[in-house]
Amino acid sequence: MASLTDDEIRALEDKAQHIRETVVEMLLAAGSGHIASPLGMADMFAAFYFHILNHRPAEPAWAERDRFFLSNGHTTPVRYAAMALVGYFPREECLTLRKFGSRLQGHPERLRLPGLESTSGPLGEGLGQAAGYAYAARLDGKSFRIFCMMGDGEQDEGSVWEAALFAGAHRLHNLTAIIDRNNIQIDGPTEQVLPLENLRAKYEAFNWHVIEVDGNNIRAFIDAVDEARAIVEKPTLILAHTIPGKGVKEIEYDYHYHGYPKSKEEARQFLHELRTLGGKITSEHQ
Amino acid sequence: MLENNAHLRADWYEGKEQSPTRDGFGRALLTLGEQDPRVVVLCADLAESTRVLPFAEKYPDRFVEVGVAEQNLATLGSGFAAYGKIPFIASYAAFSPGRNYEQIRTTIALNQMPVKVCGMHAGVSVGPDGATHQALEDIALMRALPHMTVISPCDAEEAYKATLAAVAHDGPVYLRFGREKTALMTTPKTPFVFGKATTAWLGDAPQVAIFATGPLLYNALAAAKELEKTIAVSVTNMHTIKPLDRDAVVAAARAAGAVVTVEEHQIAGGFGSAVAEVLAQLHPVPIEFVGVRDQFGQSGEPSELIEHYGMGISHIVAAVKKVVGRK
Repeated sequence: MASLTDDEIRALEDKAQHIRETVVEMLLAAGSGHIASPLGMADMFAAFYFHILNHRPAEPAWAERDRFFLSNGHTTPVRYAAMALVGYFPREECLTLRKFGSRLQGHPERLRLPGLESTSGPLGEGLGQAAGYAYAARLDGKSFRIFCMMGDGEQDEGSVWEAALFAGAHRLHNLTAIIDRNNIQIDGPTEQVLPLENLRAKYEAFNWHVIEVDGNNIRAFIDAVDEARAIVEKPTLILAHTIPGKGVKEIEYDYHYHGYPKSKEEARQFLHELRTLGGKITSEHQ
Repeated sequence: MLENNAHLRADWYEGKEQSPTRDGFGRALLTLGEQDPRVVVLCADLAESTRVLPFAEKYPDRFVEVGVAEQNLATLGSGFAAYGKIPFIASYAAFSPGRNYEQIRTTIALNQMPVKVCGMHAGVSVGPDGATHQALEDIALMRALPHMTVISPCDAEEAYKATLAAVAHDGPVYLRFGREKTALMTTPKTPFVFGKATTAWLGDAPQVAIFATGPLLYNALAAAKELEKTIAVSVTNMHTIKPLDRDAVVAAARAAGAVVTVEEHQIAGGFGSAVAEVLAQLHPVPIEFVGVRDQFGQSGEPSELIEHYGMGISHIVAAVKKVVGRK
């Protein structure tokens, strides 16, 4: 894949900012949901949906599409926002998140919304599904890629390691997993709740190629995904270090914001801040 | 007397021919391997005892050894199915769906993936392995899940047909098999239609309708034979527990006016509960339940455990007599 120009990267950064605003608007309308991880992951989702994935938003079931499994399903607002902005469904529908009858369930359900590869929410299940898919696709000589996004707190689940062991053993090189390494989970910092480090060494020991990257740096992240394509002996894990709550200064790094903002008022304030920040970035780019 | 349309073996009562239901499953996989290239088999380090080994040897590319990892067994199966394969995931029922219930719930049932969950060694008849390996709650777990279907074949021949039928059903299926050799009762001519019960025994003017699932159908038939001169009964083979053949249940219950259910499973939440749910709504009659009464199993020989936990022929006879007294 050809290297992106600075303008192209800026365009993706604008998309990420738009995704962040959409996420906060969605949560504000829903009155519940998770905020920190979706904001931290917005850059990666802009990169995926507006550049990396080979997909057709108007034809979600297109047979040759890349498959994107979202394992940490609670972060689904960021996926919904990216999908809406890229054209899977109207942006207005985002405001139906978590409402009765909505296709945008609080945790994503494949059968309700075209474009989802799996139903997720209970943690530790995406990597196994993605590995099964990758194994089957390789069996049939398919060339599309399979991606699986996971959280870091999710690494506490034993089932993740069952799947990691399997994927490494079977050298599923068509599989790229990403860990959103934001260092927080519900009860506190990951290294206090149940220390995960050394994550790189752990995955390497399971026969994965591991790339560490700044997950809020779109160019670096895209480069990492490109590198993964070139690795043909084993699956790749991208350990993407991100800032939880990225874009809203008050909550960046704060595990208390794993869930919903403390009040609607606070959510509105975050939205205002994001929008102001958006203005600033635009002016800097001009 | 034996119902002619069931085409049961004339010598069923002698129990000369015995085979574990898991053997019928293994044989069906070979048929499916040849018939349907979409079929793949995943196994969690139990290839021989789950009887998937012949498939693995004949179709190595379509066999996946997962290792001792039942949670991954379920999620991998979901992934294979999402791609377009028809995966059979095989382990012991105590572990799958025992250990991986939530993976089955989310990634197979809610996600509506055509994964065939194959639970071996179900019931106390596992024998010496003891309580940890004797799944007695799997029917309850699986039948409570929306989208899931549940089949519990009565013998190896029926297990063969059930396994083929599981592929024809485009959705999640739970197949329940036993470890122990049990009597062959059905023949290749015996009809097997997914979701349709078959009458195996029909006395003149039956006073009690016995509904049995799994290999204990033999004990139910033996009880019917023993009672032949005193209390006429009907015996219905309920291989499909979900969707339950409500019409057959109601018709037999209406004809007899009293019911006995027979299963090698906890009474709570199991097959008998499913029958009771239907009858409570559509045709309330007295019911007696033959099954395990809120206990775990233990080590022992299969036959002594069946007796100890109240699922022997004499227990069914006693249940029939008791329920007649409640009419």
